[in-house]
Amino acid sequence: MRLLQSPAVRVGLSISIATGLYGVSFGALSVTSGLDFWQTMALSLLLFSGGSQFAFIGVVAGGGSGVAAMGAATLLGMRNGIYGMQVNALLQPRGWLRFAAAHVTIDESTATSTGQTDPLEQKRGFWTAGLGIFVLWNLFTAVGALAGGALGDPKQWGLDGAAVAAFLGLLWPRLKGREPVAIAVVCALATVLAVPFVPAGVPILVAAVVAAAIGWFSHGRSDEGLEPDVDPYAEHPHTHHSGDAK
Amino acid sequence: MTLWMWLLLSCLLAYGWKLLGYLVPASVLRDPRMSRIAGTMTIGLLASLTIVNTVASGQALALDARLGALAAAGIALVFRAPFLVVVLAGAGAAAGLRLLGWN
Repeated sequence: MRLLQSPAVRVGLSISIATGLYGVSFGALSVTSGLDFWQTMALSLLLFSGGSQFAFIGVVAGGGSGVAAMGAATLLGMRNGIYGMQVNALLQPRGWLRFAAAHVTIDESTATSTGQTDPLEQKRGFWTAGLGIFVLWNLFTAVGALAGGALGDPKQWGLDGAAVAAFLGLLWPRLKGREPVAIAVVCALATVLAVPFVPAGVPILVAAVVAAAIGWFSHGRSDEGLEPDVDPYAEHPHTHHSGDAK
Repeated sequence: MTLWMWLLLSCLLAYGWKLLGYLVPASVLRDPRMSRIAGTMTIGLLASLTIVNTVASGQALALDARLGALAAAGIALVFRAPFLVVVLAGAGAAAGLRLLGWN
């Protein structure tokens, strides 16, 4: 098992388990938001991007329309395009591999890859994390969806509180420094102010416009907010991905 | 049926973003402004989703057990708890506060 001695493969496997496990919370929250089992699985299999999936069900749970859910999920998926560009520059996949690589281009696979310096390790890290998370994320989504469906009244189990915690958990790793905190506060305020005046789901899109305007007019770090949900190199701060390779 | 339609369209668009990074010449997307907007929008949307799920109840604002979930999750995150523990802390706080009678 020479592959298991590769540092990128090891990091990729551990991040797959950590990320895959929280698929349980996605599956459970999705079915209690009103999606059925197959809709939940379609999101994990085909959309396959944690933040966007949570956004989609978060809007539906709040009574928002399908269009608003799509809007929030799609805007949140924009960063995957930036990751695609980074991974493409590093791995230069050819032919059909490119289309497969695109599907597993997410926070964690990109971070695992860009955290390595050797080209072969970058490639191993990307594919181990990408494919590993894909398999485990879908498996645990199914487990969560089946368990969530059996729970009965979701409020009694505090599942609406679980959704709040999940979004804060996704936001948290991105709040490094004063500026991202300021962006988060301004967008949260804009959301609260918009809630009484526009249909459910739309306040989130209002916040997206505010955030995009801040990004357009200000001059902060260009990789701000692009930290992964779960940091593959959390235990090795000196090889952390941000700062290099970006 | 319409939810299915928006859901599948979301999947298509999500894949579209990902693929775009591979197909568009790097020079087009290297514009730091693009990557900055992708980042600020990620922060803004997640902050918005957090607060909406905490205080919005349809088009009304409500202060209920979900505030306790937000606080519990925040505390768990300060202590560097893994994601799943954070989610469980949120669920536990909301369920516990409801048991105590705070809807």
